[in-house]
Amino acid sequence: MRGVMTLAGVVLAVAAFGAAADDAGQIKTARGSAQIERDGQRIAVAPGFHVRQSDSIITGDDGTVGVTLADNSRLSIGPNTVVSLDKYSFDTTTYDGQMDASLKKGTLAVISGKLVKHTPGAMRIHTPASIMGVRGTKFIVHVSEPQS
Amino acid sequence: MGALVYAVLLAAYVVFGAPTHRLGDETVVVLPGENGKIGGVVVRRGFQKEVVLDTAYAASHIGVDGKLKPEQLSPATVQQEYGKTIAALPLKPATFVLYFVTGSDELTQESKSELDQVFAEIRKRPIPDVLLIGHTDTVGDIESNDILSRQRADKVRDILVQAGIKTDRIEVAGRGERELLVPTGDNVEEPRNRGVEINVR
Repeated sequence: MRGVMTLAGVVLAVAAFGAAADDAGQIKTARGSAQIERDGQRIAVAPGFHVRQSDSIITGDDGTVGVTLADNSRLSIGPNTVVSLDKYSFDTTTYDGQMDASLKKGTLAVISGKLVKHTPGAMRIHTPASIMGVRGTKFIVHVSEPQS
Repeated sequence: MGALVYAVLLAAYVVFGAPTHRLGDETVVVLPGENGKIGGVVVRRGFQKEVVLDTAYAASHIGVDGKLKPEQLSPATVQQEYGKTIAALPLKPATFVLYFVTGSDELTQESKSELDQVFAEIRKRPIPDVLLIGHTDTVGDIESNDILSRQRADKVRDILVQAGIKTDRIEVAGRGERELLVPTGDNVEEPRNRGVEINVR
């Protein structure tokens, strides 16, 4: 019994730590239809909402979202866009970390922050056809919907 | 036979990147940075020649033929195509360092007069978040400096809360002499290390 309790304690501690470590940034701007898909659930978002690793941000025809990440990188998601934050880690002391995001369709604007300043290339944006390595800058990626 | 087809498809995938017939066009464009510097973006597609974008409005494009090509866009085109997305970017984070009287959590006179600027940056944002990191110089032992640095950060938090900023929007940390703002040896009085960094996002 005691062993089970200890195990439960460890699991809880790991879960709590995991939640904190997954917190990647905050939504700062949101207009129109904007949602986050997390663990199979769709959640409508507003400024102040915490974004985590593995979240997908999805906007409708009139939707835009702006996010400031822990390393002061900034992202904005334009209308009709699906983007997932596949991986985000940032150590606020050493500035080590990594970011991988995938733009499935639509428009993504990025202003890189401390992560890339510390390690050029630590931020990567994936699209259906290519990969971008970011050395530090402000840029836009657009993926149009496939023509059938 | 099936294995051969698979091998050919795999080889094509490796050489040309993902199959193109189901894909839309892709465009990447670099904009002038806020500080004028452009570190650049490297665009790669399979084993095709990579495109390095490191000047303002330099772009790359992948069209229906699946080829990755460099391009140059005009500011007007970028504004027309992507203006809504650019407008959604959050405000640039603002950073300040406020300084303290030696051995205490009292702000220097100069830093007190800087507070209005800090308040103004926070009030520009409808839902701000503020990160406060306290520091000390290397006079005294590590443990008491950890405590002092946290007291300094807490002091700034109290000042912000008194000015009407919500506590749950403020995160506080003390780094003592473990992360010097200006590197020095041990037991060195350094006013520039007696600071609280403020990051307003």
